[in-house]
Amino acid sequence: MDLAFFIVFATIAVISAVNVVLQRHPIASALSLVGVMGAIALLYLQLGAEFLAMAQIIVYAGAVMVLFIFVIMLLNAGAEVRRGRSWTAQLLGIPALAVFTGLICWYFQRGFGNAGEVKFGGFTGGSAQGVGYALFTDYLLPFEVTSVLILVAIVGAIVLARKEMD
Amino acid sequence: MAFFIITIIKALLIVFVFITVVAYLVWVERKVIAHVQVRMGPSRVGPHGLLQPLADLVKLITKEGVLPPHVNTVFYLLAPLLAVFMSLISISVIPFGTQITIGPYTTSMQLTDLNIGILLILAVSSLGVYGIALGGWSSNNKYALLGGLRSSAQMISYELPMSLAIVSPLLIVGTLSLRQIANAQAGYNFGFLPKWTAISGPFPQIFAFIIFMIAAFAETNRIPFDLPEAENELVAGFHVEYSSMAFAAFSTAEYANMITVCCVATLLFLGGWHPLWPAAYGSDFLAPLIFFVTGAVCVYHGINPARPFDRYTLPVFGLLFFGLAGLMSVPFLVPVLMPLFWFLAKVGFLLFVFIWIRATLPRLRYDQLMGFAWKFLFPAALLNLLITGFLVALTS
Repeated sequence: MDLAFFIVFATIAVISAVNVVLQRHPIASALSLVGVMGAIALLYLQLGAEFLAMAQIIVYAGAVMVLFIFVIMLLNAGAEVRRGRSWTAQLLGIPALAVFTGLICWYFQRGFGNAGEVKFGGFTGGSAQGVGYALFTDYLLPFEVTSVLILVAIVGAIVLARKEMD
Repeated sequence: MAFFIITIIKALLIVFVFITVVAYLVWVERKVIAHVQVRMGPSRVGPHGLLQPLADLVKLITKEGVLPPHVNTVFYLLAPLLAVFMSLISISVIPFGTQITIGPYTTSMQLTDLNIGILLILAVSSLGVYGIALGGWSSNNKYALLGGLRSSAQMISYELPMSLAIVSPLLIVGTLSLRQIANAQAGYNFGFLPKWTAISGPFPQIFAFIIFMIAAFAETNRIPFDLPEAENELVAGFHVEYSSMAFAAFSTAEYANMITVCCVATLLFLGGWHPLWPAAYGSDFLAPLIFFVTGAVCVYHGINPARPFDRYTLPVFGLLFFGLAGLMSVPFLVPVLMPLFWFLAKVGFLLFVFIWIRATLPRLRYDQLMGFAWKFLFPAALLNLLITGFLVALTS
């Protein structure tokens, strides 16, 4: 049952991810990216990280991607025109892909080669309480640093926008 | 196996009742607005226009679904589906009452009790904007595009104060499961004041409740925030190019969202199915009393009819209400029906407020809408959250 669900959602995630690149229209690409987010959220849910799954949908699928689509609609971007690939891309594309896939496989084999099988319901620390407790005990410094980083980004965006306005 | 059968039965029942309620909400809305404006409202199809939703449904199904030649076909067809799916999913985690026991089987009046129920509703409602934005964009029409743009901007802006308003009662009850949220508000202060988060707790969440309701108006695109479909400037906004069932899907989604939002407000702020005053002071007798009085009024007007047909229709309604009153006072049904009655009464009252405001207020200007969300509602929700968090930390 676990394996069946995993295969279904992993396939959806991979197909949507490939579709992001293959689609020619920006809106279609953005919607495929929403599909990736949704499929990943369902994989999180299956692993027992229920809070993370919902946060993934609320933040990425529900807010970030809506903003993307909003901007694409606002600019009214049309379908991109396919140009021929550069000779480097044509020559090195498939070998580079093979090398990267091999590297990732090698890394996982080295790092997690003897890890046990993942069981549905085996992990129970994914509730809102669990995540909140972890954030405010073990990961307090990274959490605060991230919030400062986001604040800096907001201030930077405002400074850039004001320069445009003046 | 019993679990699967019960779940399928519950799912079918909930979907059937929900769709019917959505259809009749349109009738209620037309009737209420008509009476506010001293008109009759729908009155031709069936007694008091009660078969109007059925007539509308037949009309919408038999109309030709026009596919304009200039639209982006895939997204044009996908958008109403998305809108209606996302609005129907959230009802699955809403609890309507306590447990039912039929023979050896006990089941709760809810499709599924997730321990992240409220987050699921937030997630699904944040996905609902895709239906509207895509519908507006794929129609390839400037009015539809403007409606779609306005709707996505408005929904992103109002999601913020809405989420912050939801967080403050969650701090008090300390759980994300909707059933536990409602159960945490059982009991009474001083023996008679209900422990609903809106009027009790370390800090009464009445401000959060008001902020939530205002944001809910914007999230469901209702007057005074229905800028995405402002008919005097955008014809019909994002669904201007839709006809037949696709149009019906958008309007179903809007009314379904309205019901869901009212259910969430009831569960979070108004104590779910817990009565307004204790059963010791006779809260169980309110429902039979209301239905009995309604039935008596119907019978009286049936005997002295204002219109010729009332002689036949109103006594039938009177008998129906008497039957309901009798049902509500059967002792072994009271523990099941009373929570359901109180829940539906609160949701119905909030829905009435939605319709009432539609009949009362004019539409805002677009900059007023955005300024209100960011300059007033968001800081107010933040301040409310701060005070609530502080007081919860002090008292716990």
